[in-house]
Amino acid sequence: MVVPSLAPCMDSNNWGAEMAQKKTGLVSLEEGGFAIFLVLLAFVCIIIAGKTFDQVMAFHAGLGALFAAVSVFMIFKNYFDDGGEPIPAEINGKPNYNIGPIKFGAVAAMFWGVAGFLVGLIIALQLAWPALNFDLPWTNFGRLRPLHTSAVIFAFGGNVLLATSMYVVQRTCRVRMPGKILPWFVILGYNAFIVIAGTGYLLGATQSKEYAEPEWYADLWLTVVWVLYLLLFLGTLWKRKEPHIYVANWFYLAFIVTIALLHVTNNLTIPVSIYSTKSYIVWAGVQDAMVQWWYGHNAVGFFLTAGFLAIMYYFIPKRAERPVYSYRLSIVHFWALIFIYIWAGPHHLHYTALPQWASTLGATFSIILWMPSWGGMINGLMTLSGAWDKLRTDPVLRMMVVSVAFYGMSTFEGPLMSLRSVNSLSHYTDWTIGHVHSGALGWVGYISFGALYCLIPWLWNKKSLYSLKLVNWHFWLSTLGIVLYITAMWVSGIMQGLMWRAYDNLGFLEYSFVETVEAMHPFYIIRALGGALFVLGSLIMAYNLWMTVRHGEAEEADTTPAGSLAPAE
Amino acid sequence: MSAWKKHEVFEKNSFVLLVGILVAVSIGGLVEIAPLFYLKSTIEKTEGMRPYTPLELAGRDIYIREGCYLCHSQMVRPMRDELERYGHYSLAAESMYDHPFQWGSKRTGPDLARVGGKYSDDWHVEHLIDPRSLVPASIMPGYPFLAENRLETRDIKASLSVNSFIGVPYTDAQIENAVSDVLGQAMPDSDAAYDFEERWPTATVRDFDGNPREVTEMDALVAYLQVLGTMVDFSIYDDAANSR
Repeated sequence: MVVPSLAPCMDSNNWGAEMAQKKTGLVSLEEGGFAIFLVLLAFVCIIIAGKTFDQVMAFHAGLGALFAAVSVFMIFKNYFDDGGEPIPAEINGKPNYNIGPIKFGAVAAMFWGVAGFLVGLIIALQLAWPALNFDLPWTNFGRLRPLHTSAVIFAFGGNVLLATSMYVVQRTCRVRMPGKILPWFVILGYNAFIVIAGTGYLLGATQSKEYAEPEWYADLWLTVVWVLYLLLFLGTLWKRKEPHIYVANWFYLAFIVTIALLHVTNNLTIPVSIYSTKSYIVWAGVQDAMVQWWYGHNAVGFFLTAGFLAIMYYFIPKRAERPVYSYRLSIVHFWALIFIYIWAGPHHLHYTALPQWASTLGATFSIILWMPSWGGMINGLMTLSGAWDKLRTDPVLRMMVVSVAFYGMSTFEGPLMSLRSVNSLSHYTDWTIGHVHSGALGWVGYISFGALYCLIPWLWNKKSLYSLKLVNWHFWLSTLGIVLYITAMWVSGIMQGLMWRAYDNLGFLEYSFVETVEAMHPFYIIRALGGALFVLGSLIMAYNLWMTVRHGEAEEADTTPAGSLAPAE
Repeated sequence: MSAWKKHEVFEKNSFVLLVGILVAVSIGGLVEIAPLFYLKSTIEKTEGMRPYTPLELAGRDIYIREGCYLCHSQMVRPMRDELERYGHYSLAAESMYDHPFQWGSKRTGPDLARVGGKYSDDWHVEHLIDPRSLVPASIMPGYPFLAENRLETRDIKASLSVNSFIGVPYTDAQIENAVSDVLGQAMPDSDAAYDFEERWPTATVRDFDGNPREVTEMDALVAYLQVLGTMVDFSIYDDAANSR
C-alpha cells in the first residue's frame, strides 16, 4: 500500500498534471490505496473480534474496525465533496501549505498533555496515600504508571513532534507536503495507536518493557504509521524548493529513522495467537535487558532530545528573530550527538548481571555525551545574543530559553549519574525520577509549550495570543512546580539510597526496607504539590490557547514570513 | 574549499543524510549488543535452572499484567548491604528463560529476585489482598481480585510452545500437558499432581492460595513469587570461575 500512496507525490512537477487527469471521476491511486488497505484492515479486525475469547482483544479489534470504517467513509465523503479536484500545491506563486493535520496534532497534543499530567498527579498522590489505588485492577499504580509515561511521552510529546515537524519541514522546504490522505493517515493513525495503547494498559495488556509497553498488535500498527511518517517527511524533503535542508530537519530525520530502528528491534515479539493480546519477546534475560535499555535510553536520546532539539532550532530563532548562533556548531553537535547517544544505554545496568565491559562502555560514552549536549544548549542559548532584552517582555521566549537551560542541567546530571559510584547510590531511587522530570517537565515540556504558544496563532491566523499575562502565570506556576518536584526527589532519592546502605555500630543494617519507605512520605506530598502546580499551569495554557483560537484577532496576511532561516555562517 | 563546505553533501541530498544518520546510529548498538549473544562468559555456568512451570509462567504473566516490575526490581547488586538484605547477587543465568526480563529500574518496594521461600504462602496471600494488614507503613496497592479470579488456562499451552520456539527448553510432554499441569501443581493429592511431579521433578506442588476449590490467579502469582531466586544451587556455584 506504500507504493500507490506515494506514487503521485514522487515527482513534484507532475503533481498538478497527474491530479488533473483524475478529474474525470476516478479516485486517485492514493485515495484508492488507502481505502482498500483500510477496508481489508476493518475486515481482519472484525474476524479477530468475532473469533477471540480475549475480551481486551475483542475490544481493541472492534475499535480498530470502527476506526478503519470511519476512515474509509471520510476518504469517500471527502472525494465526493470536492469532486476529486486536485489541491493546488501553490496559490499565487506561494506554497499552499497543508495545515489541517497540523492543527489536529496541536490540539491533540494539548489534550493528551493535560490528561497525561493529570494521571501523573494521580499516581503521585497514590504513592503518598495508597488508599487512592482503590484496590481495583484498573486503578492501581502498576497500570496507571505506564498510562502516565506513555501519555506524556508518546501522546503529548509525539503529537507535538508530529505537528511541529509537519509545519517546520513544509516551511523550511517552502513546499506543500505530499499527499492528500497520507498526512491525515499519519496523524490520525498515530493517535489511534495512543488510544489502543492507553486503554490496553488499563485493561492489563502490556509487554512490561518500560516505555515500550504496548502489545504486539499496537506495535505493528505503529510500525505501519511510522514508516509512512518517514516517507511523508522524506517526500517533503524531495520536493523542496530550498537548496539546503535546514538544520531542524536533520534532527527530525534522525529522530524518525532512529525511533523506527529502536521500536522494531526492541519489540520483536511472538504473539501467543492472533486472537490473543499476549506475546513473548524473542530476547531473554541479559540480552533483553541490554536491548531494552539501548531502546530506553535512546527513546530519551532521539524522541525526547533530537526531536525537541529540532523544535529548538526552528522556534527559538523564529521567536527571537535572530539567526541560529553557529552553523558549524550545529554540524558538529548533530553528528556527535547521534553517534554518541546510541552507546549510552547500558549505564542503566551498572552492577547488574550485564557484563561489566558493556556498562563501562555505556558510562564512558555517557560522559562524552555531555559535550555534544552542551553544544546544543550553547547553540540554542547564544541564538538570543542581541535579543536578550526580549526575555523581559516575551514570556513565550522566556519559557523556551528556560527549557534550554533545563536541558543543560539534566544533560549535566545524566553523565554524573552514569558514573558507577554515583549510580550505586542513585539507582533504584527517586533521584532517577527527579532527573527524568527535570528533563521532561523542564526541557521537553517547556520547549513544547513554547512551540505551541507560537504555533497556535500561526495556524489559526491570529495576530497574537489571547493573553501574555496568562502565559506569565503558566510560566511561574509551573516553574515553581518543577522546582518543588525535582528538589523533593533529590532529597528523597539520596536519603533512601543512604538509608539502604546505613549500618549501625554493631555492624547490622540500620533500617528495614519499610522504614525507608516511611521516610519518603513528606517528599511524596511535596512532589504531588509540585505536580499539581504543573497541571494547573497546563490548564491555564489550554484555556489561553482556546481563547486565542475562538476570540483572537484575525491576521490579514500570512503571519509567518516566508523568509528562510539561514544559519549564521 | 573549506572542510565545512564538504558538509553540503549531507545538506543538499536527503538520501545521503539518511544514510549518514543510519551509519552513525548503528555502530554503538551493534558493538554493545551483538557480543552478548556469542561471548560464552555472558551467562554463568550454574546447576538447577529450569523453565517456569505452566502455573509459574501464568503467575509471571500476572506479575507483568499488574505492572509489579514498576516498583520491584529483580536484580540484587553485588554490594554488602544488598547481599545482607536480599541474598546472593543475581546471575545472568537466573533470568535466561525470562521473556522479557524483569530486572526493573526502581525500588519503591524491596527487590524480589530472592523472595522465593522467604515468606509463607499464607503471608503472600494476605499481603497481596491487603498489604497494610501485615506491613502498616506499606504503600503497595491491594490486589484482592486475584484471589477471586479463576486462572484462565486457555492460552497456556500456546504460551509454552511460543516460549519453546524462542529458546526455552520445554519438553514436548510439558507443552502437551500444560493445562493439566496447571491444575496438578496447585492441587496436591490429585491425579494431575502425580503426573505433574513426573514431568517437573524439581517443582513444588502446593495449594498456594489456600483455596482448594479452584485454581485462582492468586495461586499462579504466589507460585511464581515462591520460585524466584530459588532455582540455582548456590552450594555448588563457583563465584571465582564465573567472575567476569
